[in-house]
Amino acid sequence: MEAAADVENLKATELRLGLPGTEEEAAPPPSTPRAGSKRALAGEEAKKPVAAAPPAAKAQVVGWPPVRSYRKSCFQASNKSKVAAAAPQQEEAAGGGLFVKVSMDGAPYLRKIDLKMYKGYRELREALEAMFLCFSGGAADGAAAFNPSDFAVTYEDKDGDLMLVGDVPFEMFISTCKRLRIMKGSEARGLEGATRE
Amino acid sequence: MGRGGSRATGAAAPPWHALPDEVWEHAFSFLPTAADRGAAAGACSSWLRAERRSRHHLAVANCYAAAPRDAIERFPAVRAAEVKGKPHFADFGLVPPAWGGAAAPWIAAAADGWPLLEELSFKRMVVTDECLEMIAASFRNFQVLRLVSCDGFSTAGLAAIAAGCRQLRELDLQENEIEDCSIHWLSLFPESFTSLVTLNFSCLDGEVNITVLERLVTRCRNLKTLKLNNAIPLDKLASLLQKAPQLVELGTGKFSADYHPDLFAKLEVAFGGCKSLRKLSGAWDAVPDYLPAFYCVCDGLTSLNLSYATVRGPELIKFISRCKNLQQLWVMDLIEDLGLAVVASSCSKLQELRVFPSDHFGLGVLTERGLVDVSASCPMLESVLYFCRRMTNEALITIAKNRPNFTCFRLCILEPHTPDYITQHPLDAGFSAIVESCKGLRRLSISGLLTDLVFRSIGAHADRLEMLSIAFAGNSDLGLNYILSGCKSLKKLEIRDCPFGDKPLLANAAKLETMRSLWMSSCLLTLGACRQLARKMPHLSVEIMNDPGWSCPLDSLPDESPVEKLYVYRTIAGPRSDTPSYVQIV
Repeated sequence: MEAAADVENLKATELRLGLPGTEEEAAPPPSTPRAGSKRALAGEEAKKPVAAAPPAAKAQVVGWPPVRSYRKSCFQASNKSKVAAAAPQQEEAAGGGLFVKVSMDGAPYLRKIDLKMYKGYRELREALEAMFLCFSGGAADGAAAFNPSDFAVTYEDKDGDLMLVGDVPFEMFISTCKRLRIMKGSEARGLEGATRE
Repeated sequence: MGRGGSRATGAAAPPWHALPDEVWEHAFSFLPTAADRGAAAGACSSWLRAERRSRHHLAVANCYAAAPRDAIERFPAVRAAEVKGKPHFADFGLVPPAWGGAAAPWIAAAADGWPLLEELSFKRMVVTDECLEMIAASFRNFQVLRLVSCDGFSTAGLAAIAAGCRQLRELDLQENEIEDCSIHWLSLFPESFTSLVTLNFSCLDGEVNITVLERLVTRCRNLKTLKLNNAIPLDKLASLLQKAPQLVELGTGKFSADYHPDLFAKLEVAFGGCKSLRKLSGAWDAVPDYLPAFYCVCDGLTSLNLSYATVRGPELIKFISRCKNLQQLWVMDLIEDLGLAVVASSCSKLQELRVFPSDHFGLGVLTERGLVDVSASCPMLESVLYFCRRMTNEALITIAKNRPNFTCFRLCILEPHTPDYITQHPLDAGFSAIVESCKGLRRLSISGLLTDLVFRSIGAHADRLEMLSIAFAGNSDLGLNYILSGCKSLKKLEIRDCPFGDKPLLANAAKLETMRSLWMSSCLLTLGACRQLARKMPHLSVEIMNDPGWSCPLDSLPDESPVEKLYVYRTIAGPRSDTPSYVQIV
């Protein structure tokens, strides 16, 4: 039995299903099936490798093991998303927050915000404005230089596309937003007027 | 009038054969099974008439066994119909797409002949959006729709059901492939609609409007079963539970979130309010830290389905061990032998255990230990599905001795041809012990290294066996002959990758007509034998499947041509007309 602390580590490894037909799975078995029991004994103590390595190279038999295709495809999907999550840009922090990076053109460093903290687009915008006020390149004498019309708030979605914030319902936006980017100046104006694909 | 004669005064009692139909219809309503009713119908023509006119529930186990119009003509008063399509091995991907099993002809015929139809259930069939639209439009009293392992429809079809079926009580979608058209089908249940008792959309991949769902759940006060999909966040689940504390069956969906004490507390309170909860499923991405939120319902649970949950470790085992009244447990092999030992000592009322493999391409996690422990300690255990990596004859013999009450025993050793890992012998003795001891066995799946001997035992002893699944087993034709010449009650036989050839098939052709269906793939059959079989048995449909990419006309092929896949079933409808190019009827 694994200690609870090991669960997260093992979670990434326990469903090591490759897509059917990938090279990893296609290698023939190393010995005849009659030796299968010996293999099982030897493998008893060996832990499954942490990296998503294929099991003892095994020819895939169609329709075997007798597990419903629905079940197989469920776990394939979950495995794919675990692999995709290997380099997460959306991080679920303790507390269930949804932290995404926010970059602003011209700013020396990025910020991170918790998308779950905001009830809607207006709140989000206000928060961003407050956060990036110092970078708005305003007059050194502190005059309100942050002119909203000079900026467009965009985001990168699950597919990697650059999208204008505000088109979809807020809940949907939160679930697809990977990172935010505040675009400045002429680029921003061009984007505002551009047609969306 | 009658020969009733000796009564004192007044009307003599009519002789039994002149009793009006209504009396017989009432009598037949007490017959417990369709088989009993069928037997009664065979007694005489007046019983036939009375029985068929009063049959309200019809189960069509093979949609090609009879034509829809014939079924409807014979049983005009049906209120609930259940139809099954593709062969069972289609579940495992052995049947190429577009094989058949369309629900449309059944729905069209029902729309015509059963306008009062209330319930429809389809399993392994192709159900299109048009089918669902037709259901919504044709049956004013439609109440129950159950779709299991079907495909061909989308959320558009569900929208039609939601909008059109004003009396709907049950919408039960189990393991279907549903296309997501991003239609907010849930919103199409009218605000005045409150009759829902069962809502299961767990297999639906896609977003759900949670506000709409909450409103629906709130106004359907009779809702007893709610099974959510993976789109419902954990905090919303808690809210839903608070709106429906009367739930008897809950599918939690994903159940995933990083641990947060506030959310945990909210869930605990929500579950605490569900005093009637008896069946729990889901927990797909559950994190061990959240399992204690379930503790307050553990005592009442009779059914727990964690077969899609990847949670493991001490928290999982602690949770299950608290479910002292569990009758049905479905779980992944991540529970390990040690976990099953705990189940054995905690869940004394267990009747059904299913353990699924977590790694479909691995050798397996469980050993014989887990099954031996559960069989020894759970006296009511009668149904088992067990995926493991090794077994011994001794273990099987012990299991057989402890549990003669098995009705369903399905053992899958993941690596084909695996022998007894201690003695290296075939597992014939073990499975023989099972069939000899378990006299009520109705369903059996065998695996591991097996010779013809095991089939001799099965043929001789498995008198009540109705369904047998065989893979990578046997030495010769003898094996199949033992089965087909024995197994008095056999209805469904499915075989793959066994060295069985033409002779036993032809020698036992008549047996096939007493069975519902036979599937044989990757065996040693030839086209000639199939032709002979078809000629000999006109009431059998003999279907041959080739590689989908290759549709050579059957007539041109010689008798010696090997047959890769054979599906034979009895039918009164003649050869079906909807075969794809790769299926040919001999």
